[in-house]
Amino acid sequence: MSEKFDVIVVGAGPAGISCAYELAKAGVNVLLIERGEYPGSKNVMGGVLYRKMMEDVIPEFWKEAPLERPVVEQRFMMMDKESAITVGYKGMEWGQEPYNNFTVLRAKFDQWFAGKAVEQGALLVNETVVLECIVENGKVVGVRTDRPDGDLYADVVVLADGVNSLLAKSLGFHKEFRPDEVALATMEIIKLDKKTIEDRFNLEENQGTTIELFGDATKGILGTGFLYTNKDTLSLGVGSLLSGLIKHKIKPYELLEYVKNHPMIRPYIAGGEPVEYLAHMIPEGGYKSMPKVAGNGVLVVGDAAQLVNAIHREGSNLAMKSGQFAAEAVLLAKERDDYSETTLNHYKTRLMSSFVGQDMKKYKDSTHHFDKFPQYFEKYIPMANKAMSQMFTVDGTSKWDKQKKIWRDVGTAGEKLKLARDAYRAWKVMK
Amino acid sequence: MSEKKCQTIEEKQYLVRFNADTKSHLTVMDADVCLNHCPDKICTIFCPAEVYKWEEIRMHVGYEGCHECGSCRIGCPHQNIKWEYPKGGHGIVFRLG
Repeated sequence: MSEKFDVIVVGAGPAGISCAYELAKAGVNVLLIERGEYPGSKNVMGGVLYRKMMEDVIPEFWKEAPLERPVVEQRFMMMDKESAITVGYKGMEWGQEPYNNFTVLRAKFDQWFAGKAVEQGALLVNETVVLECIVENGKVVGVRTDRPDGDLYADVVVLADGVNSLLAKSLGFHKEFRPDEVALATMEIIKLDKKTIEDRFNLEENQGTTIELFGDATKGILGTGFLYTNKDTLSLGVGSLLSGLIKHKIKPYELLEYVKNHPMIRPYIAGGEPVEYLAHMIPEGGYKSMPKVAGNGVLVVGDAAQLVNAIHREGSNLAMKSGQFAAEAVLLAKERDDYSETTLNHYKTRLMSSFVGQDMKKYKDSTHHFDKFPQYFEKYIPMANKAMSQMFTVDGTSKWDKQKKIWRDVGTAGEKLKLARDAYRAWKVMK
Repeated sequence: MSEKKCQTIEEKQYLVRFNADTKSHLTVMDADVCLNHCPDKICTIFCPAEVYKWEEIRMHVGYEGCHECGSCRIGCPHQNIKWEYPKGGHGIVFRLG
């Protein structure tokens, strides 16, 4: 079936579907290839879908999309072994239109989203692996699939093949990633009845909470945990750099068990029944690990382009935006009838001048910094927990004496200086 | 009430649907590297599905339970794992998350 399409999009996740949707809507003949049984069957995320970028693709999607709960509260826990400092924000403005973000279950959501692209006229083909890009005279002209006579041709191939992006690698757009450029996350979906979830998280109907977990959730190694409320399930997960798991010889599912049994988490999930276990990698190399994103006849979007803002746990929104920009570049190329890198590079320009590129640059050193200096997670979070405990424990000691003791416990003058320097450094990589 | 906690990896894996191919998509390229040059066999630790198990003299690859995350390809200190996607429609099938 040596067929020719205007565009072939490889991978039906948020980036690929957004791109296919926009192109089909503009009347472009687009093929969306998915290797799983259905879109979403290979896709994993903690579960936060941002309204703005999704709405940019499909206005008022919340009226029909399979969403779990609009998030009205975001909490952050800095955890020690038997304690946590929690900060958060809860606001009713997030619980009504136009909303801020939603929890979703990807297998359900991605199927729906892909269906919308099909409604616009995209052709979706499941259960098909793209083995390689077909390159002729330095230009990508199609893809080779694992179907019999599976060569397919197109003016542009959009690689939305996710964190592993073997295709971008085989084109030489990036080298194999290092273990400190990817995080490995595991999670469980835990079934719990609706009412119990609402009681435990202080929610009303159709309200949700996200809790990000730092510190002891990952036994002090760089990473985060998360606990999100769905309709009648919870998503509880933990992720850390692969290099951290290797260095500390930690089994990822044991880390997940550790979080499940942590006294700060245990009561939330008590009585719940795990119904699915999932593992996935997250590209966390940031700006410095971004591959080449445009070439002759080819564009790279979403996780495949390393578009993740690890500090703010954003990814699917960056993916969708990149998919839209890619579609825009394809339309421009079509208009000019020129699919060269020069024209398709419009995508890169748009991407890098948008919030996507700006945020990638803003946090370009942050993951690396916290990886290089483990004291933030290993030392300062427990120290802060201890200080809070001392300050709020009423035992007849004066507050001045408590403050003096807390300050003394930081350590020698040298250690105090180091704390100040680390605080400055952390501010610098985040500013 | 008997509470299902799913503590072990075997219990966790039991929650997942797999449509395994008859052929492995994961290949240890040089068995001698695992045997003689890799004392840590770290893949047996970090693989989230315990796909890799050391059996005295050889690495057993239980590809049927693979989550297709890619960690082994990146984490193998000897780049000794050939990693491909399972044939279209095969491998892990997530139903929820």
